[in-house]
Amino acid sequence: MELVVISGKGGTGKTTISAALSELAEDVVNADCDVDAPNLYLMYKGENIEQENFCGGKKAVIDYNLCIGCGMCEKHCKFDAIKHNKVIDYKCEGCGACAVVCYKNAIKLIDEKTAETYVTKTNYGDNKTKVISRAEMEVGTEGSGKLVTEVRKNAKKHIEGRSIIIDGSPGIGCAVMASLTGCDVCVIVTEPTISGFEDFLRVLAVCEHFGIKPLVCINKFDLNLSMTEEIEKFCNENNFIVAGKVPFDETVMKAINNLKPITYYKESPACTAIINMWLTIKKEINK
Amino acid sequence: MIVAVSALGKEKEDVVDLRFGRCNFFHIYNLETGEFKAVENKGNTANEGAGIAASSQIVDENVEVVITGKVGPNAYKILKESSIKMYSSVPIKSIDAVNEFKDSKLNEIVSAGAAHSGLNKQ
Amino acid sequence: MSLNIAILSGKGGTGKTTVSTSLTKLLKSNYVDCDVEEPNGFIFFKPKVVKSQDVTVEYPVIDSSKCTICGECAKVCQFNALCKSKNGIMVFEKLCHSCGACSIVCKNKALTYKERVIGIVEEGFSKDISCMRGVLNVGEPMAVPVIKKLLGNLKTGLNILDCSPGTSCNVITTLLKSDAAVLVTEPSAFGLHDLALSVKLLRKLDIPFGVVVNKYSNQDDTILSYCKSEDINIFGVIPFSREGAVNYSKGNMLLDSDEFKHCFNEIAQNMRGVFLWN
Repeated sequence: MELVVISGKGGTGKTTISAALSELAEDVVNADCDVDAPNLYLMYKGENIEQENFCGGKKAVIDYNLCIGCGMCEKHCKFDAIKHNKVIDYKCEGCGACAVVCYKNAIKLIDEKTAETYVTKTNYGDNKTKVISRAEMEVGTEGSGKLVTEVRKNAKKHIEGRSIIIDGSPGIGCAVMASLTGCDVCVIVTEPTISGFEDFLRVLAVCEHFGIKPLVCINKFDLNLSMTEEIEKFCNENNFIVAGKVPFDETVMKAINNLKPITYYKESPACTAIINMWLTIKKEINK
Repeated sequence: MIVAVSALGKEKEDVVDLRFGRCNFFHIYNLETGEFKAVENKGNTANEGAGIAASSQIVDENVEVVITGKVGPNAYKILKESSIKMYSSVPIKSIDAVNEFKDSKLNEIVSAGAAHSGLNKQ
Repeated sequence: MSLNIAILSGKGGTGKTTVSTSLTKLLKSNYVDCDVEEPNGFIFFKPKVVKSQDVTVEYPVIDSSKCTICGECAKVCQFNALCKSKNGIMVFEKLCHSCGACSIVCKNKALTYKERVIGIVEEGFSKDISCMRGVLNVGEPMAVPVIKKLLGNLKTGLNILDCSPGTSCNVITTLLKSDAAVLVTEPSAFGLHDLALSVKLLRKLDIPFGVVVNKYSNQDDTILSYCKSEDINIFGVIPFSREGAVNYSKGNMLLDSDEFKHCFNEIAQNMRGVFLWN
């Protein structure tokens, strides 16, 4: 079973929620697909059992032994990635138009290392192990979508019959799409702010595009009760289940700064709410 | 007739890979001559458009029938356009899937599944 | 003459839009919402939109009367946007990066380009403040062309560019048009981790920058210590306040409450000192 947690808007609490859910679900493997800002593994210091280079795209490379400086490549590059005969790597999209027009065959497309993928194993608590698949992108590179797919693939290699919980990225673009596809359950974490609600609607549309009916979690719900009501009303009218409402709880920040999942603080209001939400999610999964 | 099966491994005894676009290998069977070969799926290494790259490879191999789990919208479009028939199998051995096909026991795939959902339960 | 200052964060939800909107109002600058996947800035300005433009990208169209189905175009395409089927060449527009390589290799002049809409850029005014934003259509995977179109229309003067979260192509596209940057972070282990990634990016692109710590509480020193050890300018802190969060949730700017006015004044002053503008 693959469960993905997404949000549309950043900062609504995806990582907090997905870390908590994976503690409650107990034996699961985590895939941190927020490849621009992977944070989950910070809570679980362990050893890397796998580390690989990842090539997310290609880059043009000029062989200056063959290059005659005619400038045809620069003329045809639609991304302004060649200036004065030099390839500007963060602008190059690896399309190969330059290689095609080069009279001297002086340009080649080579695989570009854009990230490193890791699988970390941590032993903690009483005989528990946590396996987390993540990626660290080289800053300034592209290829988020394929990288997310690779992070999920690496998580699958270690499932041994267990389920996977995916921490998704913010936004609605290719990285989010790659996190969503093929999942059995999707939880959208939103917050009761106007910004949050607008972003929620957009990420909802992406889910519909993929034929996924998500469950909704309203995080920090008590910061604006009328906004929360509006979200609930919208969900009721459109047949989306609000799986949980988590109150704003300062314990959450405390937990993050102690690098512990919120479930470590069993008595906290946030943890109690998330436990209830997990029961609702489980009910929906079993339907 | 040339039949392709999406597979997890290189041997005839390896199991059918339910994904099409990102399967590991294609097994190409020539039912007339009995020839068999396994090729790496080009879609597996594609950054984007895995289904398209995989379909393109299938077209180039002159395949007439594809046996897989299910097929996404892009691949479906290409294979249909090229008059290549698609059949659905469960995860049995590749060679057994071909025999099921020969015995008309496999269901034809008549519509595209959701995009990127090769491993979905539905 | 224009000066473009990007407001970015690495981690989502630290307060880019919170800071961008208040700074814009204080400095009476232009506001540009570059987070085209999830644009929020207009919620706070509620501008009257006066101009709206479609953002289009090119995709190839095959003239079947000239096409010999040689397949060279499909072979050269690095993005699988073209595929040779038995009966012709098929085009998959959403995968096309509009690079033009296919047309270059076609020996039969069978390829031309058409345009399709992937989003919109809008311009308006809120009192005297010029507001612009880009919005990517849901279902489109690539945001960069919308951001590029938005940045191609910048006004003169001081432009505050409210960025997407993260450190990849969306952010880079905005940074390449920026003269300076403000990194907004929050005092948590996650904030620190992602701050370091953004610092790396800004240094790689050689863009002068400083940090604003949002949702600050003086119980936590990690960000300030990190900045000190890395010799990074701190423009200021914005204290965490539940009331501030509630106001944000309603679409009100922090600058409008007295609690925060002095914070933004200090931030603006420090920015001027570091970025050296009048």
